Order: sequence, then C-alpha cells, then structure tokens
Amino acid sequence: MRLERLHTAANVATAIAWGAIVWALYMVFHFVPMERTMGNVQRIFYFHVPSAMVSFLAFFICFLASLAYLFTRRRGLDIAAQASAEIGVVFCSVVLITGPIWAKPIWGIWWTWDARLTTTLVLWLIYVAYLMLRAYLPEGSRKANLAAVVGILGFLDVPVVYMSIRWWRTQHPAPVIMGGKGSGLAPPMSQTLRVCMIAMLCLFIALLLRRIVVELLQDEVDHLYREADVAPPERG
Amino acid sequence: MRFLQQLFTIFMKDLRLEWRTREAMSAMLLFALLVLVIFNFAFNPDREMVLAIGPGILWVAFTFAGVLGLNRAFASEQENGCLSGVLLTPMDRGAIYLGKWLANLCFTLIAEAILLPFFVLFFNLSLTTEIPPLLLVCLLGTIGFTAVGTLLAAISANTRLREVMLPVLLFPIIVPVIIGAVQSTGLILNHETEGLTSFIRMLALYDVIFLVTSTLLFDFVLEE
Repeated sequence: MRLERLHTAANVATAIAWGAIVWALYMVFHFVPMERTMGNVQRIFYFHVPSAMVSFLAFFICFLASLAYLFTRRRGLDIAAQASAEIGVVFCSVVLITGPIWAKPIWGIWWTWDARLTTTLVLWLIYVAYLMLRAYLPEGSRKANLAAVVGILGFLDVPVVYMSIRWWRTQHPAPVIMGGKGSGLAPPMSQTLRVCMIAMLCLFIALLLRRIVVELLQDEVDHLYREADVAPPERG
Repeated sequence: MRFLQQLFTIFMKDLRLEWRTREAMSAMLLFALLVLVIFNFAFNPDREMVLAIGPGILWVAFTFAGVLGLNRAFASEQENGCLSGVLLTPMDRGAIYLGKWLANLCFTLIAEAILLPFFVLFFNLSLTTEIPPLLLVCLLGTIGFTAVGTLLAAISANTRLREVMLPVLLFPIIVPVIIGAVQSTGLILNHETEGLTSFIRMLALYDVIFLVTSTLLFDFVLEE
C-alpha cells in the first residue's frame, strides 16, 4: 500500500535527518575553527546558507509539481506542491531571521535592499500569498488548478525580480560592499558547510514525506466520512 | 481573424458594462485622488522632495487604483453566473483573457490620464518635453501590472476575501514593474537620460513575458 510505504520512508528519512543534524552540530560548534575577524557569529553561516539552498529547492519542486499537475491532474502532485511550498516558507523564514542576526554585528545594519536580500524577501511574500490562496480557496478540483497557476507564475517571477533589483541597485552605490564572501572558504569550513547542507537536505526530505503522509491520511479520512454518508468536517 | 473578433467582443462587452454603471472608474479615480492627497499630508513635500518622492507616490496611486478596477473585472462576472455564460460561448480562452485584459488596461489608462494632471497640479510641476516619455512609461507599466492582474483577479474571484487576496498575490509579483516604472518616471522628471532606456527595456520585457504566460495559463483558471 502506497501510504504505508510512504510512512516507512518518512520514518527512515527522519532517523537519517536526526543523525545528520547531530553530525552537523558537532561540525559547526566543535570541529570548525573560529573565523578570525567575525568570531563566533560567523557560525550562523552554516545554517543560513543551507537553509537558503533548501528553500530555493523547495520552491523549485513546488513549481515543477504545479506544472506537472496541470498536465497530469494527479492529486499526489498537488499535495507535493503544497507540502514543498509550506516547508520552503519555513526555511525561507529561517534565512530571513538568521541573516539580520549575522548582518547587525558584521555590516552594522540589520537589513539592506540588496538584490539577494530583496529577492529572498519577495520570494517569501509570493509563497506566503500562495499558501494564503490555498487556505481561502474552496475545496474541489479547481483549487488545485488555481494554486498551480500561481505556483508557476510566482516562480517565473523570481529571476525577473532578481534582475530588476540588480539593475536598480547598480544605479546607486551599494550601501554595503560585499567582498567575495565564500570565494575563499578554508577547507574545514567548506567541509562543515557541506555537512550542514546534507543535514538540511535530509531534514527537508523528512519533513516533505511527513507532510505528504499527513495530507494523504486527511484524504483517507474524508473518504471514510463520505462512505459513511457523513459530511466531513471543515479542513483547517 | 476570428480570434481578434472574439477578443473585441469581450472587450466591447466590458466597456459597455462599465459605461452603464461607471462603478469601477469612479471608485478608481476617487481612490487614487485620495492617495495623492494623503501622501501630500504624510510627506508635506517641498520642491526638491517632490522630484524625489513624486514618482513613488504617483505609482502607488496608479497601482492601488488599478487593483480596485481589477477586482471589479471578475467580481461582476461572478454575479448571476455571468462567467459560465461567457464560457458557454464558443470562444477561445486566450481571446477571453486578452479581451478582459484590454478592457482593464483601457480603464486604468483613462483613470491615469485624468490623474496625471492632478498630480502635476498638486505637486506644482511644470511638464513640457517630459510628457511623451512619461506617457510611454505609464503605458508600459500599466500593461505590466494589468496583464498579471487580470489573471490573478480571475483566480482570487474564487476565494473568500477576494478583495484582500488580489493585492496580496499581485504586489510581490509586480515588484519589477514598480521598480522599473518608478525609476524611469524619476529619471524623466529629473531630466536625466542615463539608464532610462534600460529601465524602459526592462518594463517592455516584463510585459512580453507576463502577457504570454498569462494567456497560456488562463486556460487552466477557467476550467471547471
């Protein structure tokens, strides 16, 4: 049965994610040496960058699933789009929270309207709106269609937003000069970063599978209600 | 040829509807005028400040008013099952989208044409040679946000709280239009030409990308 196999997969992924996160924590707080100029606060980098990558991956999966849904109309793809958008918003929030915590002591400011920061914020806004739309649409097959259209439109907008802000910002002197950060990462640091990326990816997969299982169970419950000829309760 | 005919039919239907009620236009105009007045109180700008913040105020007024008009476009179709009626006609879905978009574009442009003199008047600007490039920027910017807006209005018309849902969906997606339009309006008002063509090109590019994708995606929005 599909649901049971997915459930087992989610459990395995959770166990792996646990292990990977413990490993990542060891690397970040014990193995990797202190950064010379930034000090301890630099360690947030090992959570910030992998979260950013995972959130972009999640939104990309949402886009692909939405596109595939419009062609195949499979319920599973709609669930996948929703689940990955939800998790993407969580990781994107982590990025937007950890960023200023690092920026304040290093740049001296919480926020700057630079291309990368602004694009991430706009991305977050687009997918929060996407989830809000899903919450406000009435249940039915049209819901998946309409959500998929926004999922596609929102993702296509991201490169355009990035380009437009780069154009805009190069017209003015940037308030903060971002020297080639990440251009010369010391070997223990890049090792730690890799481990953290693997850990975040495992966490993402575990959460994604778990979320899909929950949604499929929800469908199953609705189905049982209908079989018993009782109106299913409103989904929250 | 048939496609253009269908497009034109939808366009004329919306124009006639608006002409008989004048609901959207009057709401848009009054609201945008209020935005101009409120911003004047909020910033109390002097001569120099007007050139710096004027373009932003103008485009906030345009886009906010535009959202009001876009909300009406599909709200009126929801009443009495009008949309089902339109869907029952043997029309290309792309023609329906483009017809509705053209009608929205038309309303928004008329509202902007009436607002622009008020903007000049309230903020004591004197425009002469700036007018042709300014009109081009208004046209390109408005095409951009109404193209996405028409598609998103068709989507948000299905939700509870549709009046709120449309701006929440639309504003993040039209960030490039806002940047391009505000920056080029600012450059024009300050008599600067450097960088102007690149912003105008950016607006035109946005218009093309989102008109094409919206036309393609509209099919899925109307599907039952």
